[in-house]
Amino acid sequence: MSGGMHGGGVAIVGAAETEEIGVLPSTSMIELHAQAARRALKDAGLTLADVDGVATAGPSPIEVAHHLGIAPRWLDGTNVGGCSFLIHVRHAAAAIAAGAADVVLITHGESGRSRVGAPGYSMGASSPSGQFEMPYGAIMPYSTFTVPALRFLHDRGMGREDLAQVVVAQREWAAKNPRAMRRDTVTVEEVLDASMIAYPFTKDMCCVVTDGGGALVLTSRERAADLPAGSRAVYLLGSGESSETPAVSQMDDLGTSAAFRRAGAEAFATAGVGHGDIDHLMCYDAFAHLPLYMLEDLGFTGYGESGAFIAEGHTRPGGALPMNTNGGGLCYTHTGMYGMFAIQEAVRQLRGEADAQVPGAQLSFVQGVGIFFAAGASLVLAGREP
Amino acid sequence: MKPQPTPETAPYWEAARAGELRVQRCLDCGRHYFYPRPACRFCASENVEWTGVSGRARLVSYVINHRPFPGFESVSPVIAVVELDEGPRLMTNIVGIEPIPENLPLDMRLTVAFEERSGAVLPVFEPEEAAT
Repeated sequence: MSGGMHGGGVAIVGAAETEEIGVLPSTSMIELHAQAARRALKDAGLTLADVDGVATAGPSPIEVAHHLGIAPRWLDGTNVGGCSFLIHVRHAAAAIAAGAADVVLITHGESGRSRVGAPGYSMGASSPSGQFEMPYGAIMPYSTFTVPALRFLHDRGMGREDLAQVVVAQREWAAKNPRAMRRDTVTVEEVLDASMIAYPFTKDMCCVVTDGGGALVLTSRERAADLPAGSRAVYLLGSGESSETPAVSQMDDLGTSAAFRRAGAEAFATAGVGHGDIDHLMCYDAFAHLPLYMLEDLGFTGYGESGAFIAEGHTRPGGALPMNTNGGGLCYTHTGMYGMFAIQEAVRQLRGEADAQVPGAQLSFVQGVGIFFAAGASLVLAGREP
Repeated sequence: MKPQPTPETAPYWEAARAGELRVQRCLDCGRHYFYPRPACRFCASENVEWTGVSGRARLVSYVINHRPFPGFESVSPVIAVVELDEGPRLMTNIVGIEPIPENLPLDMRLTVAFEERSGAVLPVFEPEEAAT
């Protein structure tokens, strides 16, 4: 094929989530991958026989390929947590541009709530986290990923109300999503008064825990044009990936993520677009502080301005920068590795097929995070061939 | 949830068992660093030494965990990052106070203490004024 990995040379031609999302005790983890894969291929108008590349995180791509009956010539098992699927898109684009794969299938499936056919939740007791964080109870995401938040808020003169405003704004989007787990609109006071999970985080500030899956099919611009659904293709304009530290206590500054900053800057640079060009934003929100970090680290707002930006309604329906329009991990779904669902919503928006459609959305920015603040990844996606 | 030392981190845990907080310091760039590894995290020099530190620190950030992991019901729910006066930051628990936000202003002064839990001795921190 011609062209590079960015700039629209590679397209997402198939995208689908599992038929149901939420509580699925009769479906195992691997079958959530498989069901999503079949649906995404159908969406693309392709078959398993067309697929020559497989990427996933969680189970190995070997397991997914074998389960589906694919004989791959390209594999990517990059697993850096919930943003892995953004990185798979980036890696798949590089592989397709280099001729190492023609049609790449990226799958996610996680029985995060029902734990059917799911691996145990463990990290080695000799790892940096296992030695220096977990012995203090910093084990579950709600008691570890959340630890930096008070520093972020304190340094900026912000407070818990700013965390609550993130939830209030996203519930307005979730109310429009019939698949969302938490669909009731709420006030700041109600969010602050919800049961405490790990101060300063109440239950509403923590993501839902669900079962579900999603899959993507990528191919070259040229092949996309020949597909029956070619007009629904979504193009990769730019991307970035980075990591900082496996232990939140070892971040350079608890108030900012170096991984978000590096990945985001590279995505903007490779896409050749600016913040004002972005119509739609997905910020991986396992907890309510993450959209605040991301708005600032990506440069959508200035330092200390993220809370007011959300409170003023800019990210809500009708706002200038619609954000987390599926309701996000906080309200829609969070299987454990939410990144796939952030990409799915961006694709729906750019195709004009979202439940809470942003009128005329042409350019979407997707920001992911992985293993607490360990990793970050960013995509710039376009609804039209550039 | 007992830490399992590696050959590179064992001196840290052995010092803790002896009631001492020891970290590594780079003899080339002069900086203390954490977690333990054989080369400086700032300049990659292998010319490093183990050294005792003051045990004085400030509170950088924390959560008060209301949903303890099984086995953690009887320890402090304050899961915190502290910064040693010598520079390195550590995850720890804040002990010796009632765990409410009013008692935990950010940047408060802390000093190290040691708690034995399930066979390991862990450095924890308490407010400086509480220490004797």
